[in-house]
Amino acid sequence: MRFLNRSAGRLSRHRRGPLAGLVVLLLGLLMTGGLYAALSPAQAEEAQTDAELVAKGKELFLVGCSFCHGRNAEGVLTQNGNQLGPSLVGVGAAAVDFQVETGRMPMVRPGTQNPPKPEAYDDEETAALAAYVASLGPGPAIPAESDYSIDGLSGEEREAAITRGGQIFLTNCTACHNFAGAGGALPRGRWAPSLQGVSEKHIYEALLTGPSQMPVFSNGNLSPEEKRDVIAYLKSLEEQPSYGGFTLGQLGPVSEGAAAWLLGMGTMVGFAVWIAAHTTRTSKKKVDA
Amino acid sequence: MSEHTSDNLPVGPSGEEEPIANPGLPEHTWRPTDVDAKAEKRAERQVAFFFALSAICAVLFVVAYFSLDVGDNWDTFLGLGASNLALGTSLGGALLFIGIGVIQWARKLMGDHEIVEMRHPARSSDEDREGTLAALAAGLEESGISRRPLVRNSLLGSLAMLGLPAIVVLRDLGPLPGDVYDDEEYEGAGLERTVWKKGMRVVRDVIGTPIKPSEVEIGDLINCEPAILFETDEEGEPLLHGVEVQIAKSKGAVILVRMEPGDITHGEGRENWAVDGIVAYSKICTHVGCPISLYEQSTHHVLCPCHQSTFDLADSARVVFGPAARALPQLALEVDEEGYLVAQDDFNEPVGPSYWERDSE
Repeated sequence: MRFLNRSAGRLSRHRRGPLAGLVVLLLGLLMTGGLYAALSPAQAEEAQTDAELVAKGKELFLVGCSFCHGRNAEGVLTQNGNQLGPSLVGVGAAAVDFQVETGRMPMVRPGTQNPPKPEAYDDEETAALAAYVASLGPGPAIPAESDYSIDGLSGEEREAAITRGGQIFLTNCTACHNFAGAGGALPRGRWAPSLQGVSEKHIYEALLTGPSQMPVFSNGNLSPEEKRDVIAYLKSLEEQPSYGGFTLGQLGPVSEGAAAWLLGMGTMVGFAVWIAAHTTRTSKKKVDA
Repeated sequence: MSEHTSDNLPVGPSGEEEPIANPGLPEHTWRPTDVDAKAEKRAERQVAFFFALSAICAVLFVVAYFSLDVGDNWDTFLGLGASNLALGTSLGGALLFIGIGVIQWARKLMGDHEIVEMRHPARSSDEDREGTLAALAAGLEESGISRRPLVRNSLLGSLAMLGLPAIVVLRDLGPLPGDVYDDEEYEGAGLERTVWKKGMRVVRDVIGTPIKPSEVEIGDLINCEPAILFETDEEGEPLLHGVEVQIAKSKGAVILVRMEPGDITHGEGRENWAVDGIVAYSKICTHVGCPISLYEQSTHHVLCPCHQSTFDLADSARVVFGPAARALPQLALEVDEEGYLVAQDDFNEPVGPSYWERDSE
């Protein structure tokens, strides 16, 4: 307190301190630099070379991923010979982008089911990780927006895409993901996730890379247009109202049967119990007329 | 119904004295509607009100049927199809309100005697039994069925002949099993064969394009069909028609996957059935014939969703779990001169579920 008071007193005596000019100059420089940085971020990022991005990605990788995937992303085996984390050589940037952006990676613990959760890395860090893993070996790159976006389609093109995508989806995807993309059960307690509300890019990347148990649908298997058609179909499912009434999760006979038994029969049993439990009797006696 | 005393209780059984005096039924208690004329009126109006509500719901059903759009231009309500919702709600209401009205009627207004019914033996009385037998005998005697064997036998004969039309019509349900499994009617007919044959291209289902091994990556799953399904003649007409298409499609469907060649355990004599780790198996489960493509690339297992039969595609589609008795038939693959994947031959065993005449070797 004493020090503060003294300095305040000193400032009031010398209206212009000996260092004031220097302070003003520094402030001016800071403001100029700050404004420049704020107004031209693109140029600033361009200055960050691919090598820098890869180096940054490697740093992040060593901290966050190497425990399971190995220090050189070569994969780690447990003592029993099980895979702790698979090798990431050749999985490509698309796999990293999908796994990290949907929060699947880093996993909470090793296991075969890997549910999505809030993402742990921001966009820049994800890009760095993707660049690092992509530098390890050739693999699918992050798709361009023109690959998966259905915004550019005219109404007619879109109708055709939905029709074709629906056929492809029903042939290739419904076995696991259900006819409405609501997800389904897999062997040994695993499950295929719901596709409702998944972004176009992530659907495309999942098709391209085949995360976890999912088979790959590479560009030689389903062409980029066919993948986009599948996306168009899934998005059309999300947009259309449920014409038949409540969908009950669109899980088919399981949830519908459960609703019929529990809600339908339960309501009727409830009615019966209520009718039997409520007497219509009174303690009054009949008065003879 | 037994007689009732003035307090609405039934008259107890009379006669012999019982060792413990019959305590009888507890005193009858009345309902408000029995003792209060106003309550009775009110209950009457209540019941009528529910019946009226039901009638209104029925009218609303008709209104909803004609006013709400379906088809190309659906009316929606809270993201649900308005028509279905309104039809279901109004029809449900119409039935429910009749039910509520009837129950209220029965509880509050209908006669409310307590009834005692004594137990009787299930056997009819001797007089009844004798009377019935006498009537039956008289009928038989009057019809003269025992005296006129010509009439009786010709009736029995005509009834027996009525079975013939039934048998002939039942034949339309389908060919006899013997005809099915060695039918020569068209290509790939019968239970033992499919349309696959040497050199037929394996093409993507729905899309119909042939596949080069270089297009397939490790972990890929492609649902495939025989190329003949998509082929056309000179005039652009499909080669297969009608029921032949359905039969060819249902028996010929295969799943094609690629895995690390080192992961594959080849079956005996099947060492050259894979192309660079690409293998193809029938998509039809050997249990009851469901189409299966629930493939896990991490384990190479394919699961049938109907009864959880699981097949290991890395090991000749051996059954690793579930009720299926046989492995999925494998389609031997090779590459034609243009570099596309083709079948070496038809499956070497019948696809799909077992049947009596199947040679299970």
